[in-house]
Amino acid sequence: MVDHARPPLSPAGLVLRLAGIGAVVALVAGAFAYVNGTLDPQRLRPKTLVNALETNNGVHPGFRRNHAKGVCVAGYFESSAQARAYSSAEVFSAAKTPVIGRFALPSGNPYAPDSSVPIRSFAVQFSQANGQQWRTGMNSMPVFPVGTPEAFYAMLKAGASAPATGKPNPAGMPAFFAAHPETAAFLTWVKTAKPSASYATETYNGINAFYLVGADGKRQAVRWEVVPQSQDAVGDTAPAGADFLEKDLVQRLAAGPLRWQLNMTLANPGDPLDDASKTWTGEHKVLNAGTLVLQTSQPQAQGDCRDINFDPLILPSGIEASNDPLLAARSAAYASSYLRRAGEVSALHSAPQESKP
Amino acid sequence: MNAQPRFFAPLARLLHWLMALMIIAMLFIGAGMAASVSERHEWLIHLHKPLGIAILALVIVRLVVRFATRQPPLPVDLPLWQVLAAKASHLVLYALMLVLPLLGWAMISAAGDPVMLSSSVQLPALVAANAPLFAVLRKAHGFLAYLLFLTVLLHLAAALFHGLIRRDGVLQSMTGTKD
Repeated sequence: MVDHARPPLSPAGLVLRLAGIGAVVALVAGAFAYVNGTLDPQRLRPKTLVNALETNNGVHPGFRRNHAKGVCVAGYFESSAQARAYSSAEVFSAAKTPVIGRFALPSGNPYAPDSSVPIRSFAVQFSQANGQQWRTGMNSMPVFPVGTPEAFYAMLKAGASAPATGKPNPAGMPAFFAAHPETAAFLTWVKTAKPSASYATETYNGINAFYLVGADGKRQAVRWEVVPQSQDAVGDTAPAGADFLEKDLVQRLAAGPLRWQLNMTLANPGDPLDDASKTWTGEHKVLNAGTLVLQTSQPQAQGDCRDINFDPLILPSGIEASNDPLLAARSAAYASSYLRRAGEVSALHSAPQESKP
Repeated sequence: MNAQPRFFAPLARLLHWLMALMIIAMLFIGAGMAASVSERHEWLIHLHKPLGIAILALVIVRLVVRFATRQPPLPVDLPLWQVLAAKASHLVLYALMLVLPLLGWAMISAAGDPVMLSSSVQLPALVAANAPLFAVLRKAHGFLAYLLFLTVLLHLAAALFHGLIRRDGVLQSMTGTKD
């Protein structure tokens, strides 16, 4: 085994070989430190985004780091025949698919008054009988303010509080919007948007593009939205008080189920599939994919939606992501937020559930 | 009694080098996807899951091969601390190769997410959905992956030390080269 015949190494040879071993190990370790971001501090990482959300909103243990204030709902989805030709997903072929959802406000502050923002969000998990799931996080605005995670991060930084005053710099957001012309479509919408009095009267948009994939493998780019059916007209003014949305929802559900129609807007050639800040203009074919029926609600602190990460890239076979860069960023950042709050579930129970006066 | 083998069995060597490539790739994929919000995050995750399950399957085969074949002995003149370090590091490597994929599988299950290896291949949940358990498993997955990376570095340094400094045939027992 041991080859005693080998000549001993000269001191220089020994040093050289040891240095060579050190160099190989250092090279591998260095490459790893680059890949994990240690040697690449400028890179936008999931934790960079979630840290920025925590900086802007404060740390509220147990709560989602964004869309922190919300309520759990449950019900089912009834498919129509229209999406079946476009997608092989079981959710469109099964008559009924159970859903768990969550309505929320788009802020990382769980105590934000309901009238503080004109935007509401609706996240849904469809649980197919075959075990696959479809999760989507939708918002009441038709477009996202920006199209890339880098611009989203810049927007968070622009809205951050100055350490000296504890208040956001008033020039921050105007300067950001001026530097980001892609926010124009969102700004046009937000000008006329008012905080709604109810979650039930809103249309919720998937915003990002996805592909419906048929059994034949054919891919059709779409954006989806859910449109309220026979719920009170939009335009109700928000009542006084800070926590009216959840009460309104509980009241409405006590009177009967709430329904939304799931629409799939088929992309025309030339529609941007990778830029959620752009509207799809002109005539579009819209499929009625089915009806989302909500029957019950639960407070989020112990509700079934609490432990769900509404990662928009949890998709069933038959629905695929587009190359919209926000999708991967949402998936990555949600995972980071989920890890933080999953370890803090017990803190949620001791947190006050009402807005701070 | 047969003479002690000079080399690991050919199948053991094949598994070693194949898994060496897979595990190093896996460590870089994992570190990269956890530190990225770009599209890389998505396609790395789609590599990470099936590759992890492949490693889990191979390590089971490898353990069977390990117990079914004879290992070449360490050199008789190897200092005791190096013998112990070699044995302990091999134990850590085998344990982590087995535990890391199971932790990954379990943590996805604990998050309540479907365990998808592709758009249609799904594994059953290893544990019931449980968010606090997810947090523990996810942190353990990351921490132990770093421990595996450090052990792999140590293993690499030791292999080169045997091959270039001691020149005692230990590196050759796995490369299969005669000299």
